[in-house]
Amino acid sequence: MSNDAPTHRNIPDRLDSPLRAAILSWPALLLVVAVIIFTVNSFASPYFLSPWSLSDATFNFTEKAIIALAMALLIISGEIDLSVAAIIALASTAMGLALQYGADTPALVAIGIGTGLLCGAFNGALVTRLGLPSIVVTIGTMSLFRGLSYIVLGDQAFKGYPASFAFFGQGYVWWVVSFEFVLFLGLAVIYYVLLHRTSFGRRVYVIGNNATAAQFSGVRVERIKFLLFCLTGLMSGIAAVLLTSRLGSTRPSIAQGWELEVITMVVLGGVSILGGSGSIAGVVIAAFIMGLVTFGMGLLNVPGIVQSIFIGLLLILVIALPIVLGRLRRLRK
Amino acid sequence: MSLLKKLAFATALATVMLSAPAAIAQTKIALVVKSLGNGFFDAANKGAQEAAAELGDVEVIYTGPTTATAEGQIEIINSLIAQNVNAIAISANDPDAVAPALKRAMERGITVISWDSGVAQDGRQVHLNPSDTGLIGETIIKLAADYLPDGGDVAILSASSTATNQNAWIEAAKAILPTKFPNINLVATVYGDDDSVKSTNEAKGLIASYPNLKAIIAPTTVGVVAAAQVVTDDNLIGKINVTGLALPSEFKKFIDNGASQAVALWNPIDLGYSAVQISYQLVKGTAKAEPGATISIGRVGSITLDDTNSAAMAAPFQFDKSNIEEFSKIY
Repeated sequence: MSNDAPTHRNIPDRLDSPLRAAILSWPALLLVVAVIIFTVNSFASPYFLSPWSLSDATFNFTEKAIIALAMALLIISGEIDLSVAAIIALASTAMGLALQYGADTPALVAIGIGTGLLCGAFNGALVTRLGLPSIVVTIGTMSLFRGLSYIVLGDQAFKGYPASFAFFGQGYVWWVVSFEFVLFLGLAVIYYVLLHRTSFGRRVYVIGNNATAAQFSGVRVERIKFLLFCLTGLMSGIAAVLLTSRLGSTRPSIAQGWELEVITMVVLGGVSILGGSGSIAGVVIAAFIMGLVTFGMGLLNVPGIVQSIFIGLLLILVIALPIVLGRLRRLRK
Repeated sequence: MSLLKKLAFATALATVMLSAPAAIAQTKIALVVKSLGNGFFDAANKGAQEAAAELGDVEVIYTGPTTATAEGQIEIINSLIAQNVNAIAISANDPDAVAPALKRAMERGITVISWDSGVAQDGRQVHLNPSDTGLIGETIIKLAADYLPDGGDVAILSASSTATNQNAWIEAAKAILPTKFPNINLVATVYGDDDSVKSTNEAKGLIASYPNLKAIIAPTTVGVVAAAQVVTDDNLIGKINVTGLALPSEFKKFIDNGASQAVALWNPIDLGYSAVQISYQLVKGTAKAEPGATISIGRVGSITLDDTNSAAMAAPFQFDKSNIEEFSKIY
């Protein structure tokens, strides 16, 4: 960039033709990767291409992907939330406590989602009202929320959730299509519309690119950031309901380490960790890629540590590829 | 395009060739552990491979998550279900959280047993405990009695006075004393609270109070090390024998210097071996998972299932000069 002559700069109103842009876009690149992984998996294991296998595979990533949708918006706006897994633990513990006092299924769901929303609002208030950096705030609340679960539960577990509650994490809407999966697809559409088709979405991008400029342009930066934290908390609450239902029990160690997997999904999906760019389509495809890679390697009984190495390499490769290609293109010019 | 086709063809061919030997109808048994990279479970896998070699037509899949989480084990269970394994033998990170996934495995015709760390009763067919209260109680006395042919005074150095496990073992030991070990005289039971300093003080107190003390029995890994250190420091090696339940890696030096003749703990190799033996017989239908059923577990002996379909494998495994070297490398 700095090599360009500063005096003479041409600003085109459109960078490429829309079709060309779509083909060269991040989601398109990810889609190619996803298709390659799918094909390799189909050949590598005779068990991969079975409807039940693929359905089981979706359970490994849907809850994380649901959080990733909201996390994408938050990161695009230039903030981050590291407490999402801890919110799951606290929301799940709240549901378990309510169960001890005889709460029924609708009440459990409301309490789980409500706790998530409150946690998100708490994060949002600390960041926007006190002006603290979100990475510091959410490292703190990560310990706080999970610490509260440990105080309530210690080495014990809440179990005995009602049979009707099991539907959310174990139920199927139609044949092999799980409720979790349908919910994820529905939420993905909502987030797509929210980010790419509303003025709210445009403001999120503006804030991520230049919060100060956004502020002076009349965008209510703090309010939008607060809402984004609430949304992330809300999605964590929903994920807590799904995961608790799937496990049928609550322990304070629930969803341990998920915050990094969620953020990996978002970054792999092409969202800039510095904020300002990214798309929902990319995040959705990245969720599928991570799900397919881990499940495919699981079928081949590849040890977990090798899987982590592979995901790490994939992340670096996919992030580095466009940068390297861009450099090459500039070199040719 | 043609290159892609060639690649695809080659991959398909390789797949067919790789899967060809599997046509001999192998029984696939997955040994799912709490986490990989843990010496205890690597030893269990060693035993599992031994059982597989003995049985002949068994393939053992040794697997587990990178970190010891229930969610990680569930992902693995899902992929094992998809692979149509015949049996899953799991040491669970959480008895409840893995149960729904294992129930799904059983619905699809997979045999499920738990070993070491159990699964809730509706999530498995059989649970194999490493040992049980009665056997542990008997073993800790036997460890001392074996080296006291003429009998004598012994004392117990336990964990805390409220520790459920230790109290049950000590009760069982006391119950068996008059009949099986009539010349062993249990003079005291003291509590070191699984704290090194307190355990050391209690051991010193025992030695001072009972001049004829021949053995200190510590059914806790903290207490046994503290007592052996006291015996070593006070030059009482040969006069007082320290024994109990100990981790071989922590305790090797006290077997080597003679402060202790022998200690015991669960044997992970036998656990893995037995888990595969039991899974195999349940898959083949030669054993049934129902209360009262007896299942033979090869060289380890046999087990009888109780009302909850659980069973104890064997008495704790004894470590002495002959094998401490080998096991201290494992756990």
